[in-house]
Amino acid sequence: MSHPTFLGMPPFPEAAKEALANTQQRANLAKATATIRDKRARAVAEMPDWEHLRLAGAAVKDTVLTRLPELLEQLEERVTAAGGVVHWAADAAQANAIVADIVKAHDGREVVKVKSMATQEIELNNALAAHGIDVWETDLAELIVQLGHDLPSHILVPAIHRNRSEIRDIFVEEMGKVGRPAPDGIGDEPAALAEAARLHLREKFLRAKVAVSGGNFAIAETGTVVVLESEGNGRMCLTLPQVLVTVLGIEKLLPTWADLEVFMQLLPRSSTAERMNPYTSMWTGVTPGDGPQEFHLVLLDNGRTGTLADPTGRQALRCIRCSACLNVCPVYERTGGRAYGSAYPGPIGAILTPQLRGINQHPVDAQTASLPFASSLCGACFEVCPVRIDIPDVLVHLRAKVVEHKRGHLGTEGAVMAAMRATFTSPRRLGAAQRLGALGARVVGRRGRLRLRGPFWIRAWFGTRDLPAPPGQSFRAWWRKQHDRS
Amino acid sequence: MRVGLFVTCFNDTLFPQVGRATVSVLERLGVRVEFPEAQTCCGQMHFNSGYRPECVPLVRRFADVFAGYEAVVTPSASCAAMVRHYHHVVDPAVAVPKVYELCEYLIDVLNVTDVGAHFPHTVAFHATCHSQRLLHIGDRPRRLLEAVDGLDLRPLAHPAECCGFGGTFSVKNPDTSTAMGIDKVADIRGTGAEVLASADTSCLMHIGGLMSRQGNPMRILHLAEILAATK
Repeated sequence: MSHPTFLGMPPFPEAAKEALANTQQRANLAKATATIRDKRARAVAEMPDWEHLRLAGAAVKDTVLTRLPELLEQLEERVTAAGGVVHWAADAAQANAIVADIVKAHDGREVVKVKSMATQEIELNNALAAHGIDVWETDLAELIVQLGHDLPSHILVPAIHRNRSEIRDIFVEEMGKVGRPAPDGIGDEPAALAEAARLHLREKFLRAKVAVSGGNFAIAETGTVVVLESEGNGRMCLTLPQVLVTVLGIEKLLPTWADLEVFMQLLPRSSTAERMNPYTSMWTGVTPGDGPQEFHLVLLDNGRTGTLADPTGRQALRCIRCSACLNVCPVYERTGGRAYGSAYPGPIGAILTPQLRGINQHPVDAQTASLPFASSLCGACFEVCPVRIDIPDVLVHLRAKVVEHKRGHLGTEGAVMAAMRATFTSPRRLGAAQRLGALGARVVGRRGRLRLRGPFWIRAWFGTRDLPAPPGQSFRAWWRKQHDRS
Repeated sequence: MRVGLFVTCFNDTLFPQVGRATVSVLERLGVRVEFPEAQTCCGQMHFNSGYRPECVPLVRRFADVFAGYEAVVTPSASCAAMVRHYHHVVDPAVAVPKVYELCEYLIDVLNVTDVGAHFPHTVAFHATCHSQRLLHIGDRPRRLLEAVDGLDLRPLAHPAECCGFGGTFSVKNPDTSTAMGIDKVADIRGTGAEVLASADTSCLMHIGGLMSRQGNPMRILHLAEILAATK
């Protein structure tokens, strides 16, 4: 089975242009994001202490980031004491190699997976496929994406860009190639599609010897890993196979059990708009005679310590992957997630991906550098973020990094910015520019509105928009005239 | 009270009528307005585009020009937000002047909602992102507009949604910006209003530019122009 990749995607403006032309996808996205947005707003409005919960969530996460080294060592000690094995992975390649070695050590030809952002981030499925290992996604939406040879477009609902008739077609076409086919004559009713997925996955759950998961939280004081999910597929993966491998970003820690209370309120309401999470699985190492008898915890850095080093950018590591910011984002709603060229789409992706790829340490590729600019800075994301990540602030901060890295190669944009700075540091130059503009407008203006051709920025504006011709008299010219007279 | 008008580079250059209307409203309410001519720009474009070093002299110039004013009033929510939230980020040592967006000044300082305006038209009001989510001016524009004699305010279906302007976002991501703007235009047209108003001319320029290109322009005014209108 082929595994598509985010590698080599074009910069955001180009990818967005292509996505915007897909009218079916735009309709699917607009409908889905509007629904989930409204549901979340209702679920949050029920909570009188929501703003306090947000503050608490941010504070707990900031504590974790401050105490990260000692908490990680504590977690390692507790997991090891409970019969688990802890592995440390500096980057994606190391993490993928560790998981592949574990699977191969158990004669594993296949693994079942719980939906996991960390394994999407490191493209584990592709790495395991290269070792001849079949990977079966068991979350319904991940299954749709995988069967469709597609890429996920949302953190929580990765097939949000698909409607149910598209899903039916994918099931009919693809299920039989990798296992139990979809029932004959299946319709596109949600219940029928869910039943087809259930039957298809059941044989994989019962057969697989190894499961791979991510983790929403890991509690340092006890060594307990926590996974939240809605379908029960996670519970199947976490209890049926003999071997369980969990890939966990190092920022996912919580110091104590008591801290979990805050997040069990924040996360479900922010993500699925549910009051309580349907399936919450928690395990501590290995329990003899119950569940997997071998447990591996892979602690993943992959750019996180580099992110932690940046005082403004590090708040991105508070993220609990709820995707509330995606659902309210007017850019995401129109472009969908794949335009962001990363497992982490939307506003959080625009600040997390560049940092995980090292923007705080060195220049990044053009696609990565385009992400902090993929926002109108409308601020809707910050309003809904359950851990108060000020995404617009971080976006602007990262834009400054991009510009800093490109100094000396900023081209027309840099020249325009320098000219504007020169103009704005002198009222006399500003006045002169205004008089020149007014003169120019009289030459090229058409019925008081401008239509111009020229370099990229000019074309970018005038491709779809007019501009009013500059007035004959600036405000400062008017003011001076008024006050000279009086 | 010594009030300095920060007209903004944008209004100064492209929409001087907004500055004149702001002066007119304030003077009608007995405020003595001064326009320090050394003013230029708050630095928002440079800041939001990542040009931090270029922004520093603009932030310092702003502080110098408006030092000594008890209040600075501006007819731009996004420029007011830039000064209030980000000038100290650009230069932590700078003494940031006390800046009010026009609606804030009228309601919070002058304690006035009825400014004595007369404007017998249907109006759709676009609540800009920075006015709502950075300045939190809330329903102040609505209260001012509802007190205008003869004015009929028509609500938008999705008032909280961004119009897609976003400063240089409009030219760095023109396709996405346009897609957002087209939806905003449809929402505005759906109100059936004759006039579109807002507290930020920049967003209006984007929305108006799209409407004009569609061959169906609409009468577009800054809130200050409506408040300045009398019988």
